[in-house]
Amino acid sequence: MTFLLQLVISGFANGMVYALVAIGLVIILKCSEAFNIAQGHFVMIGGYLGYTFLVYFGLPIWASLLLAIATAVIMGLVIERLTLRPLVGQPVLAIIMMTIALSVVLEGLATLIWGGEYKSYHGVLPAVTLQLGELSVPSETTIMIIVSIIAVAVLMLLYRYTKSGLAMRATADDIQVVQSAGIRVTTVYALSWVIASVVGVIGGILLGGISGVMVSLSAVGIKAFAVVLLGGANSLKGAIVAGIILGVLENVSAGYLDPYLPAGNLATVFPFAVMLFVLVVRPYGLFGQVRIERI
Amino acid sequence: MDLPCGTFSENYAQDMGILRTKSQWIMLTAFLVLLFACPLFFSDRMLTILTIIGITIISVLGLSILNGYCGQISIGHAGFMAVGAYTSGVLCAKLGWSFWAALPCAALAAGAVGLIFGLPSLKIKGFYLVMATIAAQFIIVWFILQLRSITGGADGLAVPRPSIGNFVFRSKSSYFYLVMIITCLGIFLAQNITRTRAGRAFVAIRDNDLAAEVMGINLWAYKLLAFFIGCVYAGVAGSLLVHYVAYATLDQFPFMNSVWYLGMLIVGGMGNTTGAILGVVSLKLLDELVIIVGPMLSSFGAPPQAAASLGLIMRGLVIIIFLIFEPRGLVHRWERVKAYFRLWPFAY
Repeated sequence: MTFLLQLVISGFANGMVYALVAIGLVIILKCSEAFNIAQGHFVMIGGYLGYTFLVYFGLPIWASLLLAIATAVIMGLVIERLTLRPLVGQPVLAIIMMTIALSVVLEGLATLIWGGEYKSYHGVLPAVTLQLGELSVPSETTIMIIVSIIAVAVLMLLYRYTKSGLAMRATADDIQVVQSAGIRVTTVYALSWVIASVVGVIGGILLGGISGVMVSLSAVGIKAFAVVLLGGANSLKGAIVAGIILGVLENVSAGYLDPYLPAGNLATVFPFAVMLFVLVVRPYGLFGQVRIERI
Repeated sequence: MDLPCGTFSENYAQDMGILRTKSQWIMLTAFLVLLFACPLFFSDRMLTILTIIGITIISVLGLSILNGYCGQISIGHAGFMAVGAYTSGVLCAKLGWSFWAALPCAALAAGAVGLIFGLPSLKIKGFYLVMATIAAQFIIVWFILQLRSITGGADGLAVPRPSIGNFVFRSKSSYFYLVMIITCLGIFLAQNITRTRAGRAFVAIRDNDLAAEVMGINLWAYKLLAFFIGCVYAGVAGSLLVHYVAYATLDQFPFMNSVWYLGMLIVGGMGNTTGAILGVVSLKLLDELVIIVGPMLSSFGAPPQAAASLGLIMRGLVIIIFLIFEPRGLVHRWERVKAYFRLWPFAY
């Protein structure tokens, strides 16, 4: 029972981070119908930024978070302006290939700057160990849950109650109406990329604290894809629910089934199995809008 | 049009012809003669590069039919190659089959797996399909790892070179001929598949699948057919690759290759057999350039990881630059150059 609870708690923490990262995907997807394959690479960059500020410069956690977010804002703006803006109105494949190319370039840059090595900052984050009965929650997991819940809440409030949030929701609804109402759609696009890059970087810092950072941290992006598909491509609520479901299911199934599989490692294919299942059975996900296409 | 002035079609057969003018025939013949004379004056290293280019062309042709003609984006092509590779590898190494029997089996196995992963394409498209095919890549790799007792898992599998009677394709030049003959056949077939009823149905599905269905095209059959053909090409390429290296490991079929094959299509030009070939040749040569330039960087005092990152950054930048500045690919640029020089020095 303790084993199960332990798996559920760490799965929940992972799931919250997946949800956070997936929200970045959903926001871009809602605004500009672009699927950002490079989302996982934002996470990887975030992990390396966390290492740089926390260990290399030895800054406290709040300063590191702020600096990392500032870097993420610049990264998001530059990426949107240089690579995505010229592609407005191009077919889906062009945009997907562009974000794939971006992910390759980001991976190359990470290799160039940080050597693509394994970096760890385990134990640098403040120790907040929770003790619930015989169940102990390690400090990284606690921080992960707290920070990701705060970040998700802030995002939801931004999206719901601010002017720019309203502009983003309106853009998701109907671009032409938004343009005729005098809202700059390009600004909205830029904002959505900035948000995606910021949530990716925050997720990266949190995940890097648990497992360390390496180039393969970008695989988190693939889990975020599964989350987005499961939750429904245009639903923020869906992303959060699906993130938690996926995180818990993945941890529990890997914890119980791995010993019985010849090569183990169920967690690596689990998101894909979920993805295929959702795509075949319910392509619009749990909360997504059903699209009706007309000729 | 891209034909020189004075080329007339007097009957339907002429109108459908791939090669229309005498100079096109002469150039094709000269190219084939030169190609098959390559082993006479090229070193083994050059032959290796050309052989790998030939194998990649086969694989990308399949992707070109699936993606460029039928519009079904697949980022799992290296996974389908792995299916073909391991099928023929296991049949030859464990069961002692001859390569010539294993090759068709590899093609069929890859096609069958392609059919399975093509099933979602009936309900979904666009980036949903991209996700499904990425899933295909990782699930295939995971399965091959799980079947450790048969495939050797992460250790890989030693595969014999193909042979006819007592003659074994052991030298670089003999394997070069084998690959080039299959590549030429593959190009010929791909160019012709796209002109059949099925090929036209593919194009209609790519342009608008709902409209195509209304016009009486069986979406179910033709989308699956496109997946089958595309993956058969991938299976043949995978099988040729492991028999060339004489060893099958999963490192030969990374996810990055799947992406890179799509990049080749974009650089060469979508929906065009010539474009696929141009893309493969130019990007494979770029890879070789990176391999040559990489070590030179460190001699100029660059950090050791610069060489490793150079390849990645180059690959990404090439795709980005082509998407922004020439989304129709090299083949479109080439047509424009030809049209310009056909009229030169007159403006029009």
